[in-house]
Amino acid sequence: MGNKAGEFIFVFLTSIKLMENTTSIITQVPLNDLHESLGAKMVPFAGFNMPVRYSSDLEEHHTIRNGVGVFDVSHMGEFRLKGPQALELIQLISSNDASILTNGKIQYSCMPNDKGGIVDDLLIYKIEDEEYLLVVNAGNIQKDWDWIVKNNSFEVEMTNESADWCLFAVQGPKAAEALQSLTATDLKVMEYYTFIIGEFANVSNIIISATGYTGAGGFEIYVPKAFALQVWNKIFEAGASYGIKPIGLGARDTLRLEMGYCLYGNDIDDTTSPLEAGLGWVTKLNKKCINYEYLLQQKENGVSKKLVGFTMIDRGIPRGHYEIQNEAGETIGTVTSGTQSPTLGIGIGMGYVHSAYAKVGSEIFILVRGKKLKAQVVKMPFVNRQV
Amino acid sequence: MNFPSELKYTAEHEWLRLEGDHAIIGITEFAQKELGDIVFIDIPTIGTVVGDGAVFGSVEAVKTVSDLFMPLSGEVLAFNTALESSPELVNTDPYGKGWMVKVKLADTAAVSGLLSAADYQKLVGA
Repeated sequence: MGNKAGEFIFVFLTSIKLMENTTSIITQVPLNDLHESLGAKMVPFAGFNMPVRYSSDLEEHHTIRNGVGVFDVSHMGEFRLKGPQALELIQLISSNDASILTNGKIQYSCMPNDKGGIVDDLLIYKIEDEEYLLVVNAGNIQKDWDWIVKNNSFEVEMTNESADWCLFAVQGPKAAEALQSLTATDLKVMEYYTFIIGEFANVSNIIISATGYTGAGGFEIYVPKAFALQVWNKIFEAGASYGIKPIGLGARDTLRLEMGYCLYGNDIDDTTSPLEAGLGWVTKLNKKCINYEYLLQQKENGVSKKLVGFTMIDRGIPRGHYEIQNEAGETIGTVTSGTQSPTLGIGIGMGYVHSAYAKVGSEIFILVRGKKLKAQVVKMPFVNRQV
Repeated sequence: MNFPSELKYTAEHEWLRLEGDHAIIGITEFAQKELGDIVFIDIPTIGTVVGDGAVFGSVEAVKTVSDLFMPLSGEVLAFNTALESSPELVNTDPYGKGWMVKVKLADTAAVSGLLSAADYQKLVGA
């Protein structure tokens, strides 16, 4: 048995070697010891030692789809932007139109670079007038910070609060019920992509955000680091009768893939355009962001490749970096993410294909370990969203 | 973790059970645990002779795919068809119902060159 290329190759035996050979520092999340005591397999991810699995990837996946579970995603980065021109800076660096945000609302967006690619995808929280919180991917914290600083010609006050916050994503159809005893806010009626700041589990200044990366509904709870253990324990006490469980990054990846959500570094990166990646819905060209002219041109002329979702018709499991071919055997693209869908029980994937093959229903072929297997372009999400 | 002493092992985490001049081959408990939930086993070499150390198939877990390497040269006679509908048997019973292939060995004496349970256990540090 031996590992082959795949986005989670580091999960297994090779991870030990990678850690030994690298000089980069692996950071621990504040609750690292707790995860280890819960039996988590810890692996380096985006510079952090993260729980990838507590018991079983499949069980954890189904717990989120059918019940409630908690991911510790404290590795994520948080930047606070404050000042009269905070919105102007955000409008410059992000592709979506943040001017429509009202206090307490959240927006998904991406940061275009000046070469046609994406610096990162992110969430933008409007805390109050002239104050925003940007939530970015762990692996990009330094790159994003440098990029925003470089573009901050507006004297916007920026604070990197990434090390100050823990983030628990409590996801699943039972999340609202499981957490309700911890807050006075009526969680059931909270709208998707809204948040409140208040008391939660007897701790003040918690951000309760009706967001997530699973499509299963639920909340992301931002907790000041000093209270992380206390809040984690309260969440598990409150959720005990709902069968709440800790969930690893392995299940997080299959859950997000079933939703067709992009993962930075896999499906989008410094070289992929938001329009190629199907992020046209967060690329609003009614205002000028970085690389506006290029994006406008792409929007008008169309793109030559597109990120699509596909399901396997032949038996097989697509993985990142596998080649995509047409029937004639010509290369038409590359898989960026793939797995066997725990919900559907078949191979699903995302990948860039030449635009001629991007239409829903197009027959494509995935080169799976030397075998050319039939697949079909489908509309995403692969599994119905529960929110 | 369980490493039955009557089996032989490889550094690539396969086990081999000798039955006359046939061998039953699977992956170890350590291997299945590292891989996580196994969802697909592909053995395209049935009926062919596979050389020592060559790939005879692959095992797909939710998060990764791994090659399966032949511990010793031989002809792949049969695949455990129970794994087609229940690949999780590799997780739940790696040395029993989760066996993968039956092989006619070219040279049964070569089995002595494989790792003992104690050697393998030392290798994986379990």
